[in-house]
Amino acid sequence: MSNNVQEIALVLEDGSVFEGEAIGHEPESGIAAGEVVFNTTMTGYQEVISDPSYAGQIITFTTAHVGNYGTTGVDSESRGTFARGVIVRDLARRRSSWRSEEDLDVMLKTHGLPGVAGLDTRRLTRLLRDSGSLRGAFGTAAEGDLLAAARAETGTSGVDLVSQVTTPAPYTYGDGRFSVVAYDFGIKTTILRCLSDIAHVTVVPAHTSAEEVLAMSPDGVFLSNGPGDPEMVLDATRNIRNIVEAGIPTFGICLGHQLLSRAFDGHTFKLPFGHHGGNHPVRHLATGTVEITSQNHNFCVDPDSLSSVADITHVNLNDNTNEGMRLKKHRAFSVQYHPEAGPGPHDSRYLFAQFEELMEGK
Amino acid sequence: MPRRNDIHNILIIGSGPIVIGQACEFDYSGTQACRVLKAEGYRVVLANSNPATIMTDPDFADRTYIEPLTPEILAKIIEREKPDAVLPTLGGQTGLNLAMALYEKGLVGVPGTPELIGANAEAIATAEDRDKFKQAMIEIGLDVPRSGIAHDMTEAGKVLEEIGLPVIIRPAYILGGRGTGIANTMEEFAKLAQAGLDASPIKEILIETSIVGWKEYELEVMRDKADNCVIICSIENFDPMGVHTGDSITVAPAQTLSDVEYQRMRDAALACIRRVGVETGGSNVQFALNPANGDMVVIEMNPRVSRSSALASKATGFPIAKIAAKLAVGYTLDEIPNDITKMTPASFEPTIDYVVTKIPRWAFEKLPGTSGVLGTQMQSVGEAMAIGRTFPESLQKGLRSLEQGRLGLNCDPGEDLYASLDDAALLAKAAVATPERIFQVGEALRRGIGIDTVHDVTKIDPWFLDQMLMIVDERHALASVSVDSVSKSGMRRAKRLGFSDAQLAHLWSTGESDVRDRRESLGVVPTYKTVDTCSAEFAAQTPYHYSTYEDETEVRTSDRPRVIILGSGPNRIGQGIEFDYCCVHASFALRDAGFETVMVNCNPETVSTDYDTSDRLYFEPLTREDVLNVIAAETAAAGGTPPKVIVSLGGQTPLKLSGQIDAALIAGTSPHSIDLAEDREKWNQLCESLSIPQPPGGTAVTLDEAGAVAQRVGFPVLVRPSYVLGGRAMQIVHDMSALERAMEQLAADGSLGKEGGLSAERPVLIDRFLADATEVDVDAIRDHTGEVLIGGVMEHVEEAGVHSGDSACAIPPQTLPAWVVEVIHEYTSSIARALDVRGLINVQFAVLGTTVFVIEANPRASRTVPFVAKATGVPLAKVASRVMLGATLRELREEGLLTPPVSGGHVSVKEAVLPFNRFPEVDTALGPEMRSTGEVMGIDKTFGRAFVKSQTAAGTVLPSSGTVFLSLNDGDKPAGLVVARRLRALGLGIAATTGTAAYLQKFGVTVDRVVGKLSEIEGSSMDNAVELVAQGEITFVVNTPHGRGSREDGEAIRKAANSNRVSSVTTVEAALAAVNGLWEQRESDDEVCSLQEYHGR
Repeated sequence: MSNNVQEIALVLEDGSVFEGEAIGHEPESGIAAGEVVFNTTMTGYQEVISDPSYAGQIITFTTAHVGNYGTTGVDSESRGTFARGVIVRDLARRRSSWRSEEDLDVMLKTHGLPGVAGLDTRRLTRLLRDSGSLRGAFGTAAEGDLLAAARAETGTSGVDLVSQVTTPAPYTYGDGRFSVVAYDFGIKTTILRCLSDIAHVTVVPAHTSAEEVLAMSPDGVFLSNGPGDPEMVLDATRNIRNIVEAGIPTFGICLGHQLLSRAFDGHTFKLPFGHHGGNHPVRHLATGTVEITSQNHNFCVDPDSLSSVADITHVNLNDNTNEGMRLKKHRAFSVQYHPEAGPGPHDSRYLFAQFEELMEGK
Repeated sequence: MPRRNDIHNILIIGSGPIVIGQACEFDYSGTQACRVLKAEGYRVVLANSNPATIMTDPDFADRTYIEPLTPEILAKIIEREKPDAVLPTLGGQTGLNLAMALYEKGLVGVPGTPELIGANAEAIATAEDRDKFKQAMIEIGLDVPRSGIAHDMTEAGKVLEEIGLPVIIRPAYILGGRGTGIANTMEEFAKLAQAGLDASPIKEILIETSIVGWKEYELEVMRDKADNCVIICSIENFDPMGVHTGDSITVAPAQTLSDVEYQRMRDAALACIRRVGVETGGSNVQFALNPANGDMVVIEMNPRVSRSSALASKATGFPIAKIAAKLAVGYTLDEIPNDITKMTPASFEPTIDYVVTKIPRWAFEKLPGTSGVLGTQMQSVGEAMAIGRTFPESLQKGLRSLEQGRLGLNCDPGEDLYASLDDAALLAKAAVATPERIFQVGEALRRGIGIDTVHDVTKIDPWFLDQMLMIVDERHALASVSVDSVSKSGMRRAKRLGFSDAQLAHLWSTGESDVRDRRESLGVVPTYKTVDTCSAEFAAQTPYHYSTYEDETEVRTSDRPRVIILGSGPNRIGQGIEFDYCCVHASFALRDAGFETVMVNCNPETVSTDYDTSDRLYFEPLTREDVLNVIAAETAAAGGTPPKVIVSLGGQTPLKLSGQIDAALIAGTSPHSIDLAEDREKWNQLCESLSIPQPPGGTAVTLDEAGAVAQRVGFPVLVRPSYVLGGRAMQIVHDMSALERAMEQLAADGSLGKEGGLSAERPVLIDRFLADATEVDVDAIRDHTGEVLIGGVMEHVEEAGVHSGDSACAIPPQTLPAWVVEVIHEYTSSIARALDVRGLINVQFAVLGTTVFVIEANPRASRTVPFVAKATGVPLAKVASRVMLGATLRELREEGLLTPPVSGGHVSVKEAVLPFNRFPEVDTALGPEMRSTGEVMGIDKTFGRAFVKSQTAAGTVLPSSGTVFLSLNDGDKPAGLVVARRLRALGLGIAATTGTAAYLQKFGVTVDRVVGKLSEIEGSSMDNAVELVAQGEITFVVNTPHGRGSREDGEAIRKAANSNRVSSVTTVEAALAAVNGLWEQRESDDEVCSLQEYHGR
């Protein structure tokens, strides 16, 4: 209501100012800063907010109403939140769902995540689309301070964000028939759930060496999603190459796809404003069919750089960027998008079965 | 998989007349399909009986058959045109049913016959047959509501054991859902089951798991040949299960589903379309969700483009019908570019950054006797859609779009209705789904009745209720300030919640203009956002806009001359597709002539709200505020040059706004002339000065004035409000007490701001009623040089007193002497000149003996414009729109747009289609208040044949055997004698009421059965007409009403005919035309012929 609204501003590095109202956690500094990106999914705000891949970023939801069905523990994609903030057009005052346990606002506060509501998210999205992702800051601080904070942000290029989100110690998950070691670069719970149908999973920290992994003699290795710049996950590529060359079936998703590609000398580059949503069409080249996919990445693999080592398996039909590959000489494949969904469509869950077949030696 | 080259010639089946449940959306889908397939190089053959559609414009197909949509006629078209394929999935339920009928006759879908594309017969059968569908869903692991049939209490108990409480019990063969009830306890079950068995004539009840109160959702799915499937839109019903989705307020995207639930529903929808086997195109799958535990059942699926797909198309910008047509001829989704982004393919799922609310519009006020309670059968006649950035904004915009006198969610004069109700009474009312419920819920929240209480009573999701409460809370805050003291942020908050200036004016007891001035001075003006399918992820190429109060507006600038065309809003009885046809034609013609055309409308069913009909589309309410805002936005985008505005093509809706718009901007006839025709006194003077006779009459604001007028001109009088279409509240009044009742009703409507209500500015018109006169309608165009083009002279089949919209009419006139037609030409030209018309004018005449009376003139497009265009081949609406923007008829002739009318060789008959089969409790007698929802056209070489075709097309089954029942008032008896002779000659039996029988027998006509009047048969052995009809002894009914008062007998017979699906006519003129036609048909069978052939193209 009007009397307890805290009016705050969002300022972008280019000097654009947006007016809104504070929601969620109120940082003591009066400033929340990060790289501003937008996500176009219409359902699944809780999954998005709890996805570690958003580390370092402020998430703008393009859908009009957020928080309508509250939040529930089982829908969280990780143990906490790693984003820097959320921006919504409208935050529900009252939640309604038989599944819900608490309000989204409570979740934001619990996890110390600041947010801003009521601003023209469409204007913001158009700006990000046209100029690419921008650094930004919002809060109660003066506009000048917010601008300075935005410009002081490092963005996500050239920053190691994975070490902020990876598990500090190994743990196990599920009891499927294969044994899989999953590298946690920022792994989502839904991925673990999908893997657990086929494997008992040992989740290991991002820096775990190939030797340690091979010592566990897994049936397969999984390379998870995660935030930021693949170039900055320094020893991962060497570890991955060693594992793959040791003949271990390997499956990568998102950052895992970028790292597997880089392990075999592929190049990655940053997209202007990334892909964040649940509606991207991807062609599965083997069948020619189109899958509607969940996506969340700013960096992308240059398919030409892979031409000698890998076959391209999936292509994004919106912008023809690479969405998947399979190594020619090794038992390893990966996709840029999120077949596990959470949130998003389930069209691509067959990839987990494909991983299972790879481990079966088919 | 590119375009199929093995087919060349495709027959598209249209959906026929506008009826409840099947409206303009199928013109929209059919028009898109025709355009796409023609552009792809196919030869397109179209069959549709509805002349008011844009798809039946002869430019949209290679061969257009305006013929009755029956399997027999379609078989003739197929024989004549030899199509390779038939596309049945864009013509609604009618299209599907016809395809199945043709398939069963072995005429399509089997080797050696045209292929069924879109959906094959098996897929249609799987989706349409309830048992097959349920079986199919269970097979793929989806739940359906369980049900069973019982014939006695023992069976009923067994069914209940299987499915468990709560259950809904429906007696079989009971119309209108009477006897249906929900049992939550064993006691209720025992009572309802027994009552249901007793009520059912065949002692059968259907017992089904009750999912009343569950949340209802729809998903729009598309599938291509390569099995790519996408969801175009999710829709959530505001009204829970129990109200037909067509009668529910619906919202897109779904608002209260978590991703987990949504994806489960998505998976189910995809499994459903795959299992049913719709190979290509769009389908709609409906689900119900138990709000307590998430249990989900599939309700039904439509294996075709539907009303919901039109809504989904408009809600997202994804043109489902257009894509469906491309998929049907072999393309896959990824081969088709997304029209709006141009850069990305159609194989994606639209994502939207706004909220769409659709609100139905009903016409219960025109159907006395109906309960007005919403249920599982659709009853609404139209709908408005609104787009806002949030649900409160779109809800309030939607409510004011309805044009029913409400300014938003209450906060208007209309809310006074609830003042007299205490909380309990209010909640009791809100518990029953009616058109008023949304406002009652708003009032309950305003009184502080908690969301939980309101939810318990209505089962409306608490999230929606809380969003409504935000509106109510804001209203409380606004009430503490005034128009002068409101702050900028306060004003902005109000506008962002969708408050209209008019609502604020009501709240602050000031004028709407004062609120507008204050708002503008505070700098609170709307921004226009774009509907782009992708939430701004990609740049949109298509300017499809809606207003909201944000930071940034997206209207592109340009310096071409602009024309705004104001559309006709939600469909209603009296104002429907005909006006959309005119608006769309204007847009086409003016675009061709180099104007930038801008459409404003809020009806999601229409072609006018297709984003590529005009250069720009504003999906906005047609209120003063919203229209002035669009004019301002367009002026700003043109660097300060204001656009021209067309107000005279969209019916009464835009015409009512003409006085509110700067007169200099209005294209065509000036607002002054419009007012001159509408203002009774000025009009009388004008007719007098032109020496054109009028029936004597006058205007009245009070009952005394009305009485004085009636005394002066003599009863019976015709009483009608000013500024309405469709004869709203119009009646023929025979005496003083009836006049009193009529005036009271009009005054009550006026105080509530209802359409047709009486007020000082809108007096009632009272005229002497010309009984037995022949009515004539003329559509004409006058240009600025003074040249007048008579588009068409239509002679009504029914006598004066039946509303022109409900009357059949013929071009050319069939009984008028040539000199009378000439006089009508003269009068029309003279009136057009006197009113300085620039564009269309419609004049209504009544011919009595040798006198031609003028009844009224309207310098605007009329309902008959598309019919005249189809009958004569002259594109009247296109010509008129050019004339309105300054072209002369001569220039248009030289340009080739205006060609001479085609005449001779054929007769065209327009017939009205009435909604009575949905309302068995309503008297079917026609009167001065229009009640038809749509129209059909019959064309043939003679009047009789054309008339019979029009009846067949309208669904009237003319008798070929059996007994015809005649009951005629005295004035109709001579004509009735002719009818009876013809019936006899056709070999039909005759039953007649005592009076009619005696008359016929006097002239030697054999009457097989004499039927008593209800009052006579008590205690006698005479047959009862109602029983004869119910027993199926009567195949056709001719029953003409006996004036007001003593019509109960006739009413009972007409109702019996209606509820037993026996066709009837209620005028002797229609009966004459019908028997004459049947007589001709006996000589040689019907033939079909395309419009292009009639027009000599």
